[in-house]
Amino acid sequence: MTLMISHAFLQNYWWLIISLLAGLLVFLMFVQGGQSFIFSLPRNDMQRKMMVNALGRKWEFTFTTLVTFGGAFFASFPLFYATSFGGAYWVWMAILFSFIIQAVAYEYRSKPSNVFGTSVFDTFLFINGCLGPFLTGVAVATFFTGSDFTLDLFNRVTWGSGWHGLEALVNPVNLLLGFTVIFLARVLGLMYLSNSIDNDDMIAAINRALVRNAILFLVFFLAFTACLILGNGFMADSATDKVTMVKYLYLHNLLSNVFTLILFAGGVVLVLVSLWLGIIRHSRKAIWFAGPGTIAVVMALFFMAGYGDTAFYPSSSDLQSSLTLAKASSSLFTLKTMMYVSFIIPFVAAYIWYAWRSLNRKMITTEEMAGEDHAY
Amino acid sequence: MIENIDLSLVNWSRAQFALTAIYHWLFVPLTLGLSFILAFMETIYVRTGDETWKKITKFWMTLFGINFAIGVATGIILEFEFGTNWSNYSWFVGDIFGAPLAIEGILAFFLESTFVAVMFFGWNKVGKKFHLASTWLVAVGASLSALWILVANSWMENPVGMIFNPDTARNEMNSFRDVILNPVAIDKFTHTVTSGFVLGSVFVVGISSWFLLRHREEAMARKSILLAGIFGLVSSLLVAFTGDSSARTIARVQPVKFASMEALYEGKSGAGLTVIGALTDKGERIGEKTVHDMKMKLEFPKLLSIMTTGEENGYVPGLKDLVNGNPGKGIVPVSEMMERGKYARQVLIDYKMAKEIGDEASAVALGARFREQDFIDNYFRYFGYSYFDHPWQVIPSVPVIFYSFRIMVGLGFFFILLFILAISFQRRQTLERNRWFLWIALFSVPLAYLASELGWIVTEMGRQPWIIQNLMPVNIAVSNISTGAVQTTFCLFAVLFTALLIAEVSIMVRQIKNGPKH
Repeated sequence: MTLMISHAFLQNYWWLIISLLAGLLVFLMFVQGGQSFIFSLPRNDMQRKMMVNALGRKWEFTFTTLVTFGGAFFASFPLFYATSFGGAYWVWMAILFSFIIQAVAYEYRSKPSNVFGTSVFDTFLFINGCLGPFLTGVAVATFFTGSDFTLDLFNRVTWGSGWHGLEALVNPVNLLLGFTVIFLARVLGLMYLSNSIDNDDMIAAINRALVRNAILFLVFFLAFTACLILGNGFMADSATDKVTMVKYLYLHNLLSNVFTLILFAGGVVLVLVSLWLGIIRHSRKAIWFAGPGTIAVVMALFFMAGYGDTAFYPSSSDLQSSLTLAKASSSLFTLKTMMYVSFIIPFVAAYIWYAWRSLNRKMITTEEMAGEDHAY
Repeated sequence: MIENIDLSLVNWSRAQFALTAIYHWLFVPLTLGLSFILAFMETIYVRTGDETWKKITKFWMTLFGINFAIGVATGIILEFEFGTNWSNYSWFVGDIFGAPLAIEGILAFFLESTFVAVMFFGWNKVGKKFHLASTWLVAVGASLSALWILVANSWMENPVGMIFNPDTARNEMNSFRDVILNPVAIDKFTHTVTSGFVLGSVFVVGISSWFLLRHREEAMARKSILLAGIFGLVSSLLVAFTGDSSARTIARVQPVKFASMEALYEGKSGAGLTVIGALTDKGERIGEKTVHDMKMKLEFPKLLSIMTTGEENGYVPGLKDLVNGNPGKGIVPVSEMMERGKYARQVLIDYKMAKEIGDEASAVALGARFREQDFIDNYFRYFGYSYFDHPWQVIPSVPVIFYSFRIMVGLGFFFILLFILAISFQRRQTLERNRWFLWIALFSVPLAYLASELGWIVTEMGRQPWIIQNLMPVNIAVSNISTGAVQTTFCLFAVLFTALLIAEVSIMVRQIKNGPKH
């Protein structure tokens, strides 16, 4: 037992938690994906109201998961937190700005005397719906493509590019993951709306949009996956701490770890099943396959980035500054303390599930929107 | 070198954090206070079945929702700003500071965000008791989230439960219990949360008074005033009690902040507590800092000594003692702390260099110093002082802290009186006749916000120049980014948050004018 609770074990355990939170965050971005349709899907104000209310009852889950993701990263891998947030300043700021404007948009959009008018708050939702998933995808892609930073003896970061993170937008692989995440979020958003709204007209529009977005998602996902597994990776020698570039590293990481492989393959199958259900069978339950599938694939990608002698936050300009789980992690004591705290996560998940089911038992209808006291 | 970092970057980074924190804190205390008031109101509704209470609850819940949304919006940036703008700090203390933030997310935010959806949308979807439980869980979740962030903040004021690791060049936690039970954290949590309860109560009493002034919704207004008045009075007394306890702790762990709160330059035995006073330039300097003289002073004799030392003639050190030292009282001069801190930092640099060039013998010898108690107690504890050029740099802005503290305390006592009068008039059914009181209650709402913000100004400006007391000054903690980047985001935040605040106030005013739905 003593051997099991080693520092290395806890670093891997916390990377698992981070991966799980990342998977949940990407799944919950169905809210953002849905928001990106705010000007294109609804045909009238009532349909828009139904759509916004369906999404608006879940936006806080995504928001809270993002905050918890940041907090968990800070607690378990503070050097990543300091390096990435302090260096890639503009990317993170852009993501955060998009979430700030989202948080008020739901509550204020239909309230009288909201100063700026409903369309401005709907635009906020649209901006968050597009920028949030896209930039998150770009930021996460740098886990595989690297960033331009160096660390000094005292682990203080100097970012090489004056663009402070925006330079990631000129790397095509980063863009591929960005577009993958935005189109995945849109697909998930459509599936969620299909599952939550009782309106034939909207369901027909959702089904049409699902086909186009699913195709685009698959194209970008396949392109990113191909680049990932056929490209170079940042290998960190566990004995010498030396980081080198290795061909097919992420393919090796995928195939050499059975859990990663099962998660990736299983997740892809679940997502494909959900697309078949949604597009071919016009099922309203596709989200229940796409959700777990998304979580599994994202976890597998994080496993490929962090496990198996790999630098999870590499520096492309100074390989030896790259961050590995061991280098970036908190102390043994902190990770152990946090592990005990993490045992409460299943309980948290259980009450979230219970509350979610309680509110989603009935689908949203025009009648409900007309009579609801607290509608967005 | 980072030690020569552009001071304007530090100041703009501080300004940005201050701006975002001040905006965020406009909304948090109302969430803290109003959530419990809602829980009390709904409890009465469920227990009595009186539909009036349901209507009252739903009215205040609408206002809660408007405030809650902008509180969430302004809050997210604060967590991430530790990384974006204070990255050196994030690494130096992430091992300790990150844990409470993560626990806050896992334990409190999910509780709050899950059940707030049930609270808003569940009236017709879940049972009465489940809905009531959700309302209570939102209130508990809000206070729990305050607990963890205040634990983290308190650690910055009084770093405990950690040890410095020279290999990683950071502080690492060695006692979670000490971090949680940090005396500053206990005082700060109780004081801050109860002050939120007071603000929520003043808000309800003030808005209800407006209804009475307009002769509208009088039954709702009277019931709300009685409930909020009682809750506010109890909370106000707790604020006074916890404030006293907090001041004692500050006197012990942050004597410079305490002396600044009192504008006490000369140490005294039998020091009096200044109630009011006007600061003027005495024409004297400590380094580049102005020494202030006190005019029109009203004080309770010896009370400061009694409060801080428990003795009538106990010695309370002044800023001159704390900067220049006072051997008779065992106070080390800052210049000496700077020397010892520089020595500790040089040992760390030598250790890192020895490791870098592979000089294992030197590395082992130097690394061992960080485990020696004498080195820890007499040198490393002053590590942060090594970054100062002059001793006077440890003195914060005395007038800002002195006046902020007095206005906050004065308003705290004013609110006690306000609640007593509110309860008294309501019980005698004379609220409507005392229109002067209703006007005062209405105009007390902004005063409650003022008191709440001033409390944070005392806390945060009072600990300048430290980001972590004695260990890290703010200029070392800042991210290595351009000043222009921070100036740009500062302006963006200023414009965005101001625009959102205008929208929030406008919506809130309109909802209040609309009154409850019948």
